[in-house]
Amino acid sequence: MQFMLLFSRQGKLRLQKWYVPLSDKERKKISRDLVQTILARKPKMCSFLEWRDLKIVYKRYASLYFCCAVEDQDNELITLEIIHRYVELLDKYFGSVCELDIIFNFEKAYFILDEFLLGGEAQETSKKNVLKAIEQADLLQEVCGLCPR
Amino acid sequence: MSDVVEKTLSALPSLLSLDSQAGAGKLSPSSKLGNLIKGITELTSKHEEEKLIKKELESIKEQVASPNTTMRQMKEIMVRAIYCEMLGYQASFSYIHAIKLAQQGSVLEKRVGYLAVSLFLNETDEFLLLLVNTVLKDLQSTNLIEVCMALTVVSQMFPKDMIPAILPVVEEKLTHPKEIIRRKAVLALYKFYLIAPNQVQHIHSKFRKALCDKDPGVMTASLHIYLQLIKENPESYKDLTGSMVTILRQVVGGKLPLDFNYHSVPAPWLQIQLLRILAYLGKEDQGTSEMMYDVLEESLRRAEMNHNITYAILFECVKTIYTVHPKSQLLEKAAECIGNFVLSPKINLKYLGLKALTYVVQQDANLALPHQMTIIECLDHSDVIIKRETLELLFRITNAQNVTVIVEKMLEFLRLTCDDYSTIDLVGKVAELTMNSVFSLGGDVMQPDIPNNFLRLLAEGVDNVEDRQLRLFAVDSYVSLLQGVTAKLPQRFLQVISWVLGEYSYLREEESDPGSVMRLLARLLDQRHTSTETRSWVLGAMTKLCSSPVSVALARDVCERYLSSLYSGSLNTVLRQKAQELMILSQDTKLRARVLPAEGRLESLEVDSSLSFLDGYVSEALAAGAAPYKSPHQRQEDLVQEKALSLEPYGLSLPVSLSSCSITDRLTDRRSPTLLSMSSGLSGNSTELSHQEGSTTLKLEGVKRVWGKDGYLAQQQSAGETPTPLVELPNPLLSPQSPPSQTQKPSSGLEPDQEKRQLASSLFVGLGSHNSVCLVRLPSTVWLFIKHCQSANQSHVFKALFKRFYINSCQSISCISGSPLKEVKGHSVSVCLHTVVMKRASVQVELAGLLSYQRPLGQPQAAQFSLSLSLKHFLRPLTVSTGDYGKMWLSFSHDLKQNLRLVTTEHQEPLTATLDALKGKLHLHVVDIIGSEGIVACRLLQGPGQGQPCLLHCRVNADSLAVWLRSPVPELPDSLLYHCQKALTET
Repeated sequence: MQFMLLFSRQGKLRLQKWYVPLSDKERKKISRDLVQTILARKPKMCSFLEWRDLKIVYKRYASLYFCCAVEDQDNELITLEIIHRYVELLDKYFGSVCELDIIFNFEKAYFILDEFLLGGEAQETSKKNVLKAIEQADLLQEVCGLCPR
Repeated sequence: MSDVVEKTLSALPSLLSLDSQAGAGKLSPSSKLGNLIKGITELTSKHEEEKLIKKELESIKEQVASPNTTMRQMKEIMVRAIYCEMLGYQASFSYIHAIKLAQQGSVLEKRVGYLAVSLFLNETDEFLLLLVNTVLKDLQSTNLIEVCMALTVVSQMFPKDMIPAILPVVEEKLTHPKEIIRRKAVLALYKFYLIAPNQVQHIHSKFRKALCDKDPGVMTASLHIYLQLIKENPESYKDLTGSMVTILRQVVGGKLPLDFNYHSVPAPWLQIQLLRILAYLGKEDQGTSEMMYDVLEESLRRAEMNHNITYAILFECVKTIYTVHPKSQLLEKAAECIGNFVLSPKINLKYLGLKALTYVVQQDANLALPHQMTIIECLDHSDVIIKRETLELLFRITNAQNVTVIVEKMLEFLRLTCDDYSTIDLVGKVAELTMNSVFSLGGDVMQPDIPNNFLRLLAEGVDNVEDRQLRLFAVDSYVSLLQGVTAKLPQRFLQVISWVLGEYSYLREEESDPGSVMRLLARLLDQRHTSTETRSWVLGAMTKLCSSPVSVALARDVCERYLSSLYSGSLNTVLRQKAQELMILSQDTKLRARVLPAEGRLESLEVDSSLSFLDGYVSEALAAGAAPYKSPHQRQEDLVQEKALSLEPYGLSLPVSLSSCSITDRLTDRRSPTLLSMSSGLSGNSTELSHQEGSTTLKLEGVKRVWGKDGYLAQQQSAGETPTPLVELPNPLLSPQSPPSQTQKPSSGLEPDQEKRQLASSLFVGLGSHNSVCLVRLPSTVWLFIKHCQSANQSHVFKALFKRFYINSCQSISCISGSPLKEVKGHSVSVCLHTVVMKRASVQVELAGLLSYQRPLGQPQAAQFSLSLSLKHFLRPLTVSTGDYGKMWLSFSHDLKQNLRLVTTEHQEPLTATLDALKGKLHLHVVDIIGSEGIVACRLLQGPGQGQPCLLHCRVNADSLAVWLRSPVPELPDSLLYHCQKALTET
């Protein structure tokens, strides 16, 4: 996977993860173009796009769009399932996730993503294991939160 | 982690949701981030947001710089900085602090620090060097979470040069007792392999160990590396086939822990990874493929459930089955599976079905047959993505019979999406490839405008990488074609090959011996089946290639033989002249250097459209009593008036001679490459011209009713267009969808109303748009040249159809002469010529008019059209001496000054380059260039004779061009300046 973007129906970026080195300017241009292209598409249309030399796989969950860019030979359907699994993970973690959860706790959403995908490849597809890893780290936070500073 | 901790974890989610900081997205109004986010949502304008974020960033900046800020506060600040960056604002001052946080913070603060680093920076950032020591320290930490964080950031981004510093520690982790660490270490090594393959070469044996790891997660991670390795070099890993097959069999058989199930499908990610690996291993290898047939069949069988994830596996399975050595039984099943995809009501599956079909029809075109109707439906699908994939599929099943229709469909698509550059790229390639297969199949019976359009496609366009690749691709494929047996290639294809090789062979020059192309061409000349016309194209190409010593020697050799007694019996003057030219060129080094400058290829050629270099000759001839020149059109009219001679046999030559004495120009202002090569000063001859008539005008084929109720009506088309019977060629791709018996009379069985609509749609395709109106540039006026094409089988319907063509007069444009509509016999077109001039100079003018027509048994009707013409079309170079320029300059009263952008190129001075660009685009005349100043002149067409002039004085001023325009007409400098600006920004 080359990158993953989460954005709202209004086109506001909620999360961005880049697995290929790109300059800030390129990133901005790509996300702007893609958000525009995807928002212009109708709901009944195909979830796959050929965009420049990349393949874009996107899906809308409530008010949020999840969008991944993969290489040409990658499997589109499994990418769609990656998105779905990520949503499941967020859902399990936040308990019926909504856009606001991701806005206010975006760093958590990043931690979950990092535990699920590493360097653009799925590293752990078991829901239980991903959440276990996250919770172990979170637990430390709880413990330290109680520590006097 | 101890068991105790793990037990506590299960209770955590409920704990977290009660917490105000973390967990179930409770808005944390007390936190600063919460305030910031709320503040932003309350704003109404972008401007306000900017103001707020600016304030926020300033406060962040102040806090991070303060020595009193604790690491804990820093963590909170960093989260806000990340948020601002996500909104698109720069917080680069915080990057260094993110690194500091990762270095100095406690575990949790470190986590945010690493996250910020991975979001802010990328591999090439120098800041990352500061992180190396921290990463190294964390990798060696006894805290598992710290090790995980370090491995995560390392596989996210790490400076290439620093890999050796941490490689031993990461390698060590491959034997770590915890599987999560082993897994992350494998993925980190995978990343290292991608960015610096040489550095991890010595640990290949350890990869094997990872592949055999008892934890399936670690094994899965190692497959990423193996997929990459096997893709690059399948031969070295054939021994792994057995293991991969075994793993897949176990996975499919449900032998993995239930944790790995996804929606009750066992480890789909792993399955797909394995299928991809098997595809690489079994490709073109029967032995290896045989090992995997069973497991592939089982995968197909098992993946039955109706869920997206099973479709993902099926799709990969089908791809693998069609990649490895074929087995008919499996292929059958895979084809059935594709059928399910194509017929699925789910659009995503339909898309993938089309994609799979595109892939498989290369092996067996018949597979598309059962899905004909679906394909036709998809062609008109509302989703462009589906449409495009369908075109891609059609492109694969293109053959000599359906090419016209398919190309037409592609062009239609192109017109709809002209803003999408990747689409244009795709269709360009598609058209190019189509041409190759089609030329070799049915080249000689093709209409001449098809190859011409193709050549234009190649020559057009800016000189960017894609164009170069396209050209290079064409050159390479043609060279390999010529190396084979050429006897069966159609003449017209050979001509195209010659032209392309002549123009673009230099693209591959670096890698091959310069004489090779020359020798191939020479071989063509020697073959008996090569026609005279083709020979002349070949000689033309050789002339262009005549640059290196080897090719010069070869050329001389060829010419000598050609001009020797052996060929002297040949009556063809064209061939002789070309050979003679080449001979002289090959003998004269200086001439060669002048005619074929090494770097001149990329520049567009200058064409003096006023033919002013002939002025002296003309005036001499006039003085000697010759009759003044009349255009062929005028001559025609004169003759018609005199009724002196029957012109019937010569009627055909009208458009031909027109184009031969003019520089034709489509509205797009691009010269057709065939004419370009003609005017390149090497040779121009009438034989060539008579084949080129098609290139000067655009033919609108009345393609309609592409698909009938029963399928495809391609046969009707090709039968109508070509009077000669199609040559039957052995053709493996012969489309079974176009039964030859299917022809349809357009007028017989149809309702009159429907017929009318049909008529109108085929007739006025593009009328009113630019397509049907061509501009032909002549020395004195702009001609409008209007053609209507009908497909031959319908001409009886349209006969004597067009009654009148009329142009509305308006403020800024007037029509000073026009001819009646005339049908050109045998060309199924009607032609009329109008001369248009600009009355008042303006940037752009609209030309509108009316075309009335009548069907044999119907009411007279009219159709409106309009066309916008730019000032550019009315500009001509004005040739004056420097002295005259000076006198005119002083006498003109309207002037304008402006600074323009300078064009910079590698080979030229900026001033020369800029003026050349202007000259090329706007047809100006560069009078003189002295030092940093240049003077330029042009005139506006206004009726017969000379129009109003405009003079430009240009001076290089630092990095811009100060331009001073003067003219006797008030509007001209202003409009011209606009076009100059436009021309320079486009350069």
